Amino acid sequence: MNKTWLIIQREYSSRVKNKRFLILTFLTPLLIVGLIAASIYFSVSGVEYRKIAVIDPNGYIKTSLKNTNQISFSFPTNVDTSNYIQKGYTDILILPQFEKGKKSDYILRSQKSMGLMLQESISSRINSAIEDQMLQDAGIQQNILDSIHKASQVAELKAYEDKGSSSKESNAGLAMGIGYASGLLIYMTMFIYGAMVMRGVMEEKTNRIAEVIISSVKPFELMMGKIIGIGAVGLTQFLLWIILIIGLTSAAAGFLPSDIQSQVETLQQNNGQMAGGMMQANESAQRIYDFQHTMATANWPLIIFCFIFYFLGGYLFYAALFAAVGSTVNEDPQDAQSLMFPITMPLIFSYIITNMVTQNPNTPIAFWASMIPFSSPMVMMARVAYGVPSAVTYWELALSMLCLVAGFIFTTWLSGRIYRTGILLYGKKVTWKIMFKWAFKKA
Amino acid sequence: MGLYLNNKFLTMDALLSLQNLKKYYATQKAVDDISFDIERGSIFGLLGPNGAGKTTLLRMITGIFYPDSGNILLEGTAFNPMLDVEKIGYMPEERGMYKKMKIGEQAIYLAQLKGMSKAEATEKIKYWFKKFEMESWWNKKVEDLSKGMSQKLQFVITVLHEPKLIILDEPFSGLDPLNANLIKDEIYALAKKGSTIIFSTHRMEQVEEICDHIVLVNLGKKILDGSVAGIKQQFKENNFSIEIKAGSSISSNAIFTIINEAASKYLIKINEGYTVNNVLQHIIEQKIELIGFNEVLPSLNEIFIKLVEGTHAGARAFQNI
Repeated sequence: MNKTWLIIQREYSSRVKNKRFLILTFLTPLLIVGLIAASIYFSVSGVEYRKIAVIDPNGYIKTSLKNTNQISFSFPTNVDTSNYIQKGYTDILILPQFEKGKKSDYILRSQKSMGLMLQESISSRINSAIEDQMLQDAGIQQNILDSIHKASQVAELKAYEDKGSSSKESNAGLAMGIGYASGLLIYMTMFIYGAMVMRGVMEEKTNRIAEVIISSVKPFELMMGKIIGIGAVGLTQFLLWIILIIGLTSAAAGFLPSDIQSQVETLQQNNGQMAGGMMQANESAQRIYDFQHTMATANWPLIIFCFIFYFLGGYLFYAALFAAVGSTVNEDPQDAQSLMFPITMPLIFSYIITNMVTQNPNTPIAFWASMIPFSSPMVMMARVAYGVPSAVTYWELALSMLCLVAGFIFTTWLSGRIYRTGILLYGKKVTWKIMFKWAFKKA
Repeated sequence: MGLYLNNKFLTMDALLSLQNLKKYYATQKAVDDISFDIERGSIFGLLGPNGAGKTTLLRMITGIFYPDSGNILLEGTAFNPMLDVEKIGYMPEERGMYKKMKIGEQAIYLAQLKGMSKAEATEKIKYWFKKFEMESWWNKKVEDLSKGMSQKLQFVITVLHEPKLIILDEPFSGLDPLNANLIKDEIYALAKKGSTIIFSTHRMEQVEEICDHIVLVNLGKKILDGSVAGIKQQFKENNFSIEIKAGSSISSNAIFTIINEAASKYLIKINEGYTVNNVLQHIIEQKIELIGFNEVLPSLNEIFIKLVEGTHAGARAFQNI
């Protein structure tokens, strides 16, 4: 054990002291923030503006059709399909002669094809304009209609989950976000740290230092030392990221104007209402409060605990397999590619399942995928984000964890047997069949 | 040491005893019932062609492999791979280092894996680095060293923890004569201080020069075991070199046969039933002036080739482990 500890220390410090580790650790969060910012920027700046000429023979929707940020409707008289481009319109919308009770289509002709979102937006605008017109036809006045529209925007869905006598506010959007983010993070780290273990093993083998070390320690100790050492590097990286995120957000909070800060505090004290309804809270203060309020609906200690557990469990499960593959590779790193395939396939499948589960945490496939250790680290995280025990019962969580522990004990045992033969064997092309033989032959 | 065991393989002071060691792979018998003893403080040559089973044998002695059957006794007690690795220093033929790690750190790490404390390791490494004029290497990386330099480093790492048993597999390959001599002198010095050295090579002239005792293995079996001098006696073929005064000549006769001649130097083989004295008598009777007369013993190289030739051992290498 003492020697395994020495190996862990070497594996850990040789990586953490490396400049690449520091750069990666501090640049990755910045890169992620940058990517998010860039994608928001492009989705805002990349918006198309459409100027649509509407041909409305009955004048049916002329009064009710409303412009949006991206679409402006106008009702010119001398425009038709032959000349709308010359007249400066991007599209032309031709409405039929509406007849009551009869379904009829309207036609949109465009110079450039239109995205699905934009089409849906136009379609819903037109339908609501038609609806408004029908309501007005039925005798409801325009100003009443407007006030109803405004009033109906006030309400929003607040979901609560029942826990015995008490109920707790839940937020599906947040759960989905957390589930997706942690699933993706585990998926990426399995690949990154798994590959790191594999490269480390390959390095020792191709450098021919393996035999020197194995004359001092058991092959299993060397393998475990490497796996644990690199796992510790991963944990260190997560820890630094968490510190970095907390540091950055509290630093950002410090830059808020003091009146907004005090308003946020008031909102917090009064459960989202300004004192005595005296004034409307500032919009940014309201947003910050809403964000904090939403974040508070998640059970963070449980999520962080599960994340660390599933990260470590999944890592140990896959890293052992990656180590076994690394031990069979000869001089040519290309050999690793085909042997890695059976390991990367379940990882990719799990990621696909995770994407489905973030939207629907309680399907049979979600259940089974969160029990099988190949996929449980990612899939269970996606489910846990929806809450325990409301989405995942305690026994399911316990069983999944137990399966994962049993799973990584098994893969470690299996890989240990492959590794101890592979690490000393040169000049032989190894297939999965041979690896299987090594794993199950007698000692 | 070891007398009480009353085992036929144990001599007075055997550091290591191998008893009926067997290691079979799926398709071949890598080590097939091999027994021998290695005396404390001796320099022992383990010889054999490629694929003879040398590496498998060494890996069993270093605890990397377990024998299928048989016993390994270290200082008279059963070898325990967990505890006894610290008594062994192994320099494998295929040796390497972490390329990116600093040499000093790397040496300390490998010494710690052999059970030394960090302080102790640092002190010893400084001693050896000074001795081999490697002090300036401490902060260099292995990738900056030449092959010969890294070999010197390997040797230092192997002997650093003062193992009782030092196993060197082809220690001189890739070393220039200067460095080879440096290491050779160090091997003698270590043996003198009581370390036992197993030296594995195919370079027979080195074995002849360095080793006290050898074992030759081929196709997983021991085919020769004895002192270098004894083996040469055992395989001698009654060959002698004769040098006579220029201008005179001898020819083959009933007493001896000439194998080779060059100027007035002859290599002869004494025929069955005759002795050296018969030869000398013959030469004196012929009134030939004798300048030199020496027994020619076979070289280990010749013995090796004679015993191993035609067995196709090389084909066994690395099959289906």
